[in-house]
Amino acid sequence: MGFKSYCFKKSLWVFHFGGASCNNCDIEILDCLTPRHDLERFGILLVGSIRHADVLLVNGSINLHDRERLLEIYRQAPKPLLVVAIGACGCTGGLFTESITFAGPVDKIIPVDAYIPGCPPKPEAIIAGIVKLVNKN
Amino acid sequence: MGRKTLIPIGPYHPLQEEPELFKLYCDGEIVKDIQWVTGYNHRSIEKLSESKTYEQVFFLVERICGICSTSHPFAFANAVEEIAGVEITDRAKYIRSVIAELERIHSHLLWVGLAGHFLGYNTVFMWAWKYREPVLDLFEMITGNRNSYAMFKVGGVRRDIEGSKISEIRKVLDVVKKKTDLLTGAVMDDPVIHARTKGVGVLSKQDVIDFGAVGPTARASGLAIDVRMDDPYAAYPLVNWKVITATAGDVFAKAEVRLLEMYESISIIEQCLKGIEKEKEGEITVKVNEIPPGIGHGRAEAPRGEVFHFVMSDGSNCPARHKIRAPSYVNIATFKKSCIGQTIADATITLAGVDPCYCCTERMAVACDSGTGEVILNGRELIERSVLRTGELKSTLKERT
Repeated sequence: MGFKSYCFKKSLWVFHFGGASCNNCDIEILDCLTPRHDLERFGILLVGSIRHADVLLVNGSINLHDRERLLEIYRQAPKPLLVVAIGACGCTGGLFTESITFAGPVDKIIPVDAYIPGCPPKPEAIIAGIVKLVNKN
Repeated sequence: MGRKTLIPIGPYHPLQEEPELFKLYCDGEIVKDIQWVTGYNHRSIEKLSESKTYEQVFFLVERICGICSTSHPFAFANAVEEIAGVEITDRAKYIRSVIAELERIHSHLLWVGLAGHFLGYNTVFMWAWKYREPVLDLFEMITGNRNSYAMFKVGGVRRDIEGSKISEIRKVLDVVKKKTDLLTGAVMDDPVIHARTKGVGVLSKQDVIDFGAVGPTARASGLAIDVRMDDPYAAYPLVNWKVITATAGDVFAKAEVRLLEMYESISIIEQCLKGIEKEKEGEITVKVNEIPPGIGHGRAEAPRGEVFHFVMSDGSNCPARHKIRAPSYVNIATFKKSCIGQTIADATITLAGVDPCYCCTERMAVACDSGTGEVILNGRELIERSVLRTGELKSTLKERT
């Protein structure tokens, strides 16, 4: 067992970074924690500070304003850290690639470990993505 | 005036799903002044809209906000149909209203949950979001997606609601009604919620008029303003319903208005379903060949208030100008009145009370240096950026071909 898989063996704590998103992915992420899907039973918890987190969820297209803040949050995060890009905007920029304030998809700014596509991805897809990510490490 | 402490909430705060920054200037526990900063969510949608065809703009405006993802296409459709002079069929009107009212139910349930979460009362949060799921399943059945529905087009709707789906909708509505009873009872009779929300963030009727607030925020202060009643569109003139108002103007009244509005929505949907059954085999679209030059105004009542779209057409297949005003933009200004004088703990629920939606509210902001007043990024520089960006896109396109 490597160091990285040792770190992610138990409860994953998640910090959610909503970029310039339309709220859909944010809601579906919250939806994963509510009774129908209930990710909290596996110890997956949204935390208030990046300094407590194992996973950084990024959704929404990143605009010029968000770019520096995302870099700063990534810098503050304890490593090793898993980064997950959620939704069409997070993965590629989606509909907003041509926008004048678009600063590039998430993987052009920070390294990304997993992509969960969809507009918005269903909670089942988000859970499947997290499971694959945990199994990979 | 003593020393003031600055307490920032945001931009990436665990309490809020969206990025925005509130600056609370406090004296001890009491909030003395408030400022809010946005710009973290700007996607230049109005500008993008000018580069898309009318059919494509529907997918774009749907992604302004994920929670009101019917209201924006609804208002845009109203505006474009005004330019084209199209009257849609009754069946399409009913289907549009069903979708809009289902959205209102899921949005209000979402708000009740989040308000509970803001109060630290997570039981309400979990319950409300659990009972919201059947509504999302309905959306998935009718439109194929849980959140962005892609139901609207110029001249009608994209998908029909057939007989088998109607009985399924009725079944789910019965469940939702029962659960709403339960939730309403739990919220209205709970002493903790009474203690935390009554007399908090009070807005008088005059304040609401002064700030130009709309939607449940205005209705909770006794101002019966509702686009569905004042400027009827789609199937709303064809069904019976009433505007819900309350008089207290505090957060509790806002919750009351939203909970009671869900019953109205259920009643509207039931009447619309009867209408759909009556219009057997009716057409759901009217063919629109071209959009003539002209200007159109479209309004729709979103769960949070009036959504306004202004569209200018020059006869081409793209809008020449598209202006959007979302309800949270005016509702957020009421914080200047309702938050000041509250304690910090009460200020957070007051902020949540208007159900603010920052992705709707986002505006272009001109950055100024606070020390010198020097403009850092002005309009001309933005246009230069736009030109640069177009050049980049053109060169990538050339590379691909």
